[in-house]
Amino acid sequence: MTPELGQLALILALLLALAQGVLPLLGAWRGNGALMAVARPAAAGQAVFVALAFGVLSWAFLHFDFSVRYVADNSNLALPWYYRLAAVWGAHEGSLLLWIFILNLWTVALAALSHKLPDVFVARVLGVLGLIAVGFIAFILFTSNPFERLLPMPPDGGDLNPVLQDPGMTFHPPVLYMGYVGFSVAFAFSIAALLGGELEQAWVRWARPWTNVAWGFLSAGIVAGSWWAYAELGWGGWWFWDPVENASFMPWLVGAALIHAQAVTEKRGALRAWTILLSIFAFSLSLLGTFLVRSGVLTSVHAFASDPKRGLFILCFLAVVVGGSLLLYALRAPKVAGGKPFGVVSRETAILIGNLMLTVAAAMVLLGTLFPLLGDALNLGKISVGPPYFGFLFTLLMIPIVLLLPFGPYLRWGEKGGLPPLKNVAVRAGIAALACAIAAAFTTGWALKAIAGTAAAVWCCVGTLLYVLKRWREMPAGRRYPAEMAGMLLAHFGVGVFLAGVLLTEALSVERDVRMAPGQVQTIGGYDFRFDGVHVADGPNWQGDQGTVTVMRNGREIAVMHPQKRTYTRGQVQTESAIDAGVTRDLYVALGEPMDRNDPEGAWALRLYHKPFVRWIWAGGLLMMLGGFFSAADKRFRLRREAEQKVAAAAQESHA
Amino acid sequence: MSRLVPFFGFLLLVALFGFGIWWNTRHDQREVPSPLINKPAPAYALPKLDDPAQTVTREAMLGKPYLINVFASWCVACGEEHPVLMSEGQRIGVPLVGYNYKDEPDEAKAWLERHGNPYGLVIADREGRTAIDFGVYGAPETFLVDAKGVIRYKRIGPLTPAVIERELKPAIAALRKEAP
Repeated sequence: MTPELGQLALILALLLALAQGVLPLLGAWRGNGALMAVARPAAAGQAVFVALAFGVLSWAFLHFDFSVRYVADNSNLALPWYYRLAAVWGAHEGSLLLWIFILNLWTVALAALSHKLPDVFVARVLGVLGLIAVGFIAFILFTSNPFERLLPMPPDGGDLNPVLQDPGMTFHPPVLYMGYVGFSVAFAFSIAALLGGELEQAWVRWARPWTNVAWGFLSAGIVAGSWWAYAELGWGGWWFWDPVENASFMPWLVGAALIHAQAVTEKRGALRAWTILLSIFAFSLSLLGTFLVRSGVLTSVHAFASDPKRGLFILCFLAVVVGGSLLLYALRAPKVAGGKPFGVVSRETAILIGNLMLTVAAAMVLLGTLFPLLGDALNLGKISVGPPYFGFLFTLLMIPIVLLLPFGPYLRWGEKGGLPPLKNVAVRAGIAALACAIAAAFTTGWALKAIAGTAAAVWCCVGTLLYVLKRWREMPAGRRYPAEMAGMLLAHFGVGVFLAGVLLTEALSVERDVRMAPGQVQTIGGYDFRFDGVHVADGPNWQGDQGTVTVMRNGREIAVMHPQKRTYTRGQVQTESAIDAGVTRDLYVALGEPMDRNDPEGAWALRLYHKPFVRWIWAGGLLMMLGGFFSAADKRFRLRREAEQKVAAAAQESHA
Repeated sequence: MSRLVPFFGFLLLVALFGFGIWWNTRHDQREVPSPLINKPAPAYALPKLDDPAQTVTREAMLGKPYLINVFASWCVACGEEHPVLMSEGQRIGVPLVGYNYKDEPDEAKAWLERHGNPYGLVIADREGRTAIDFGVYGAPETFLVDAKGVIRYKRIGPLTPAVIERELKPAIAALRKEAP
């Protein structure tokens, strides 16, 4: 009975989403306050019913209701409760339910925190979000119903994909979706601005904290995904330029551009049309990601069920949402290139260059991702482009950004202000980078990537720290680092940390596939790995072989590692690599196969890695996330809003 | 007018995706035909495993068909394939060239000593660079190269008696028919 309640709740949520999508927009068009007032309660109601549906599905998982096909497919009696809960979003239907649930969270948060904004504007924003919800709930109900029954009910279910049975994977989808879906807010703001023909750019200031938070979540989600791939796929790689990864990376790139463009629009009034376009792009790329992942148009290591009907539905939805908003943009985007003039050497010019690079990079990733499809369409045969294409072009495009990054905080808006501090920074950061690069050259034996990585990282980090120091000296305590600036500095510092991680890992990693008999020792990167054999180790829903590898350095024991090879209840085999993490290096051991199947006590194939600085990659990503969150918390965004409201209220009174 | 550019760009994208959905209903994405079939084998110059001073090249191998079998001592499926090569290798009718892939020479030699050596000749690609040209993405893989140095057949994964009967032998028979 309860699964039907879930379905009923979804149907009611669809109706409320329709109300939320249509009535407030009509009200805003006609100037009807009663219709506009529907937005908030409809959004809240919709959220309640979607939460109910989500709860019902979770309940079905927790109570082994295998009469629900989705539950039977993705869980079984042996699966621990925390993975049964994570299984709610472990496959197609449930992950869409999570998508819509998170959209509701954003919508409700917006409804609750937007009381200081003009009513007409809020009605439009919530209306747009309602229309997006309509599309997704309809998609769930018509093509991907998670509550479909399976009769007769099987005594036991299938299994959650074993690669998803990992703590990292439990959090990755919700956090990533917080980011993806969060861009819907910036999107709705700009559509509302286009609809209302807002001549002022005040809406950009209101949109900024939302965009920053969404981008922060997206950074965290990508970091979690990358970390998971590293730990769980057993190859020790952290990024594969896989279509699904690219799908999350494109909105991130455009989002990074958007954050900066919004700053220009808010402070200088310039780039208004560009900011709107980027808001549309960021969310469109999120939708596109959903399409690519869910339609099966592209093959990927993330093997999701594909169904042409679903693909067609999302494609139509995509066409309506993105096509509609781009058409609206073409018709209503601010016609005059407004705003104050650009200075040649100014913050806005630097941001413009960065924007250009980030969007071109996103386009490059899109082209590379779609290349196999283009190959089919133009009858060029099976083509795919891999890391050489992405890695080379991406590096090339990011060079200007890295070069400009330390100057960002020093540059002033507009034409006022001069050059002197720039030269100081360039000289100091340059000398630091050069010195460290030379040191790196000698310690790594002239590994080119390591030298470049050290130089770039020191350049960015020292440049940023110099500014931190300058503020410390020049400003009185308490006013040194407003949250917005602190966020920017954190994120820029994170870029440097990230660069160090990527390039040092790529240059210095040692990876070896070896056959090892018990007692045998392999030396990699100065560490001695001794294989101590394999014994049986079982978990709640898997049987496994667990190896023991003792790592020593100069005769001193550093770590005892236990890589596993698990066979899950349904027969899927999964490698659990063992990782000894450290600030300057990771040791990574993955268990392959026994050389002789009948003798698991004997020799095994093993994969041994020494990965210097790999953790800095994720540390950099997390710093960028913190940067997004910090700057969103700036008081300025709240205080100004109140001031705005006073002005708006005064204006309304004077009209009346 | 320029404001319509994103819109038209997007329309192209939608057309491409529509095509993709249509195409996928007709094609299985998992079959990846090797682009090397019926193309000249990539040029290679690799040292012999037992005598690294000597190099074997594509040109030196021209003149008669041969079979390249990619293997490594760390590769478990190779161990499964090995007995098949030991028993069937002589009866296939073309020379068997071992391609030792990303392996330590000493371990490879020990492995061949332990399990027997079915190969007339073993070349070593320690870094796996040349293997990229061959499109090798794991061991074992097997390539049939004809007298003109053209790849005629490729097998990904271990050879089994059934595969040899059904695929490899007919491919070799076809080569024989062409030869005068």
